[in-house]
Amino acid sequence: MTGLPAPCRRSPRTLSLLLVLLALVPLAACSRSETAAEPVAGEGGPAYGDTLVEASIGDISGLIPNITSDSASHEIGNLIYANLVRTDKELRLEGELAERWEISRDELTITFHLRKGVKWHDGVEVTAADVDFTYRYMIDPKTPTAYAESFRQIRRAEVVDRYTYRVTYEKPYAPGLLSWGIWILPRHILEAPWKAGVDLRTTPQNRYPIGSGPYRFREWKTGEKVVLEANPDYFEGRPYIKRVVYRIIPDQSTIFLELKARNIDMAGLSPIQYRRQTDYPAFRKAFHRYRYLANAYAYLGFNLLDPRFQDKRVRQAMAYAINKREIIEGVLLGLGRPAVGPYKPGTWWYKENVKTYPFDPERAKALLAEAGWKDKNSDGILVRDGQPFSFTIRTNQGNLVRQQTAEIIQRRLRAVGIDVKIHVVEWAAFINTFIRKKNFEAIILGWGLGMDPDQYDIWHSSKTAPDELNHISYKNPKVDALLEAGRRTFDEAKRKAIYGELQDVMAEEQPVVFLYVPDALPVVSARVWGVEPAPAGISYNFTKWYVPANLQRYTR
Amino acid sequence: MLAYLIRRLLISIPLLLGILVLSFVMLKLAPGEPGVIQQDLQARATGAQRETLRQLYGLDKPIYVQFGRWLWRVVRLDFGRSYSPDGRAALDKIAERIPITLGLNVLELLIIFSVAVPLGILSATRQYSAFDKSMTLFVFVGFATPDFWLALLLMILFGVQLGWLPMSGLRSLNFEYLDFWAQVWDVLSHLILPVLVASFGGLAYLSRLMRGSLLEVVRQDYIRTARAKGLPEGDVIYKHAVRNAVIPVVTLLGMMLPGLLGGSVFIETVFAIPGMGQLFVQSAFSRDEPVLMALIVIGASLSLLGNILADISYGLVDPRIRVSGREAR
Repeated sequence: MTGLPAPCRRSPRTLSLLLVLLALVPLAACSRSETAAEPVAGEGGPAYGDTLVEASIGDISGLIPNITSDSASHEIGNLIYANLVRTDKELRLEGELAERWEISRDELTITFHLRKGVKWHDGVEVTAADVDFTYRYMIDPKTPTAYAESFRQIRRAEVVDRYTYRVTYEKPYAPGLLSWGIWILPRHILEAPWKAGVDLRTTPQNRYPIGSGPYRFREWKTGEKVVLEANPDYFEGRPYIKRVVYRIIPDQSTIFLELKARNIDMAGLSPIQYRRQTDYPAFRKAFHRYRYLANAYAYLGFNLLDPRFQDKRVRQAMAYAINKREIIEGVLLGLGRPAVGPYKPGTWWYKENVKTYPFDPERAKALLAEAGWKDKNSDGILVRDGQPFSFTIRTNQGNLVRQQTAEIIQRRLRAVGIDVKIHVVEWAAFINTFIRKKNFEAIILGWGLGMDPDQYDIWHSSKTAPDELNHISYKNPKVDALLEAGRRTFDEAKRKAIYGELQDVMAEEQPVVFLYVPDALPVVSARVWGVEPAPAGISYNFTKWYVPANLQRYTR
Repeated sequence: MLAYLIRRLLISIPLLLGILVLSFVMLKLAPGEPGVIQQDLQARATGAQRETLRQLYGLDKPIYVQFGRWLWRVVRLDFGRSYSPDGRAALDKIAERIPITLGLNVLELLIIFSVAVPLGILSATRQYSAFDKSMTLFVFVGFATPDFWLALLLMILFGVQLGWLPMSGLRSLNFEYLDFWAQVWDVLSHLILPVLVASFGGLAYLSRLMRGSLLEVVRQDYIRTARAKGLPEGDVIYKHAVRNAVIPVVTLLGMMLPGLLGGSVFIETVFAIPGMGQLFVQSAFSRDEPVLMALIVIGASLSLLGNILADISYGLVDPRIRVSGREAR
């Protein structure tokens, strides 16, 4: 479960805030790209045909992505299904099945106007009734989905006519618009079993899906591969690449070797693979390597129910004591940048020039002393009220980057008089025994970021129950108010101001020590043309990628 | 013979039950909950939803109740549905993978046996020769080499550098377009590396055992008698000595089955072979209890069966042992 994450595809735009299990989840957004000089000559411009082979570390869990939670299922779902809205290369919202939409003056109602003539893969037309079915399926309490919450904010939903769909929210709910990036499901196939009370996971749609997206399902051999074929009737034009194969290879080293043998056309690299193992002429000739900021960040979080960490000065001291540059150089081999807040640089809501914490152990010591932590017996460990400052950092197994980060932090905190132990735990046990029961002192984890600045679920004081995401139990009335305000308007300028203020408060408060934003490091076979890195990553224009006729490798 | 078989099978039942109780308890004591409930910390899954799921799967009941219910269903051959989002019957998920894993294991056993026995004989009959010494070296290397390392080295050499053999999977992507013999070769070429790696350790071990056993036997009185009668050396070794020397080897071959099944977990992961071992790893990580327990039942049954088969074949090769039940000595 280390390194080599799946390369980015049009990401599941709606699905904000998944806890990142992988070190790097390249969801989106490009700031830098690095491509070897065009190493292969292609002739004749865009051409149809060829197969693109990708690898997935795990088998997909189903082909109704709305009820799965693994990234492989989402990636494949994104090619099979279309959505009402999506984000474009600049991460702005644009219509997909929806041609356009209107937001009412009171910001409570959104009216979607659907494209006409869009067909499901079986020829039936996509209409507002399909959108309505998807909505009703999502809010059904029996539906095993993690994405229902934003649809539950809807007070009324109505099919106005065949191509018009209108939803009215309880209160203005800005993240709601993006939540319509959910995969739209075919009513004509699923409504009958759903009404009959059948678990949709057991229907053929979950094995042999009918979608309306750019690729049609062809086959899924359990544990072996999933094959998709270009949809010639896709409403934005037939994709050039004729076939996409996902091979299921459960071992990272094997994936990497297959990549080196050119049996895989696209993958994500780990920092060490990028720096040391792929930087030779033959590889650079066979693949284009890309590099841009991933849509995720790593942090050192504290259990804020613990009185020692409730003091802001203590958290600030740790931020000063930790050398983020050193972590990035040593662990990510320079492939990332320091994180200063919970958002990715380059998004419209990102605020430049918030308070930062340059590496400064003296300042850290001063702040700790101010907070009452002093080295009384000269053993190098700070003491307050007779208690030495000692705690355990926990992180999940299988993520070497996090383990090494923990070790570097351990050394730096020891230097200012804090004794740190490290405990690495297998993921399921980590979540269940420590996170959910709030049975931890400090953790190193990461968040994957959504396409909307709303982070209510992570920071709001009402989200601290055992199964909720504010597991550090952060409670700040000012932050609560800003999070609420940010949801209640669609006005970009107003939201930018609100989230800007939020970032200032967080920079001052350091609810967690923000560590780094890693780089996404995807590689794509050099025979594939048309890859154009943008803030959204590389996969946003996947249907426009092509292999020039003379370079095509798989002719059948 | 039949009575013996039935008795052995009956004795296996409490043994199997013991294995199941232990496995079930350990599974329940291990931290973590089934992935379906955990939802991997997804935003927007509420505690109440999780509680509903816990009740749905009966996970809120005490362990012995859960075990009782599970056992009662298993007796009726109902292993339940997988907790993973595909929600398929556990048995279906396993059934499509069993032939691959069993096929692989049978192949490995055949190769181990048919290579280790001749190697052992040659080493024993040429004791302290250059061949014997190089075999000794090979054996120690074989013991000491970690599987995963050997696998990666072979993959780098034959897959990346030379490009002679495929590194992962069971079939090429263009499999369906190949003619019959090309398809046969395609599958075989995919099997070479995994079978080689999986057999390596067992091969080293068993050839050593064969050598030792044969050296033991040739010192017996009846061999001296045979030689004294003036039998040709070939007859002495192959007709009299080998048949006796091979007995412990056969037994151990049967005992190796559980080890090989365990090894499948690793081999199938590294070589991306969609067998039971791979399923086991996935189910363990996602705490997919119905599938895990079904796999344990099947794995344990196969191992017990392997032991019984070894005992029976013991009787077939050893004229001194007749498993009639009455006159067994």
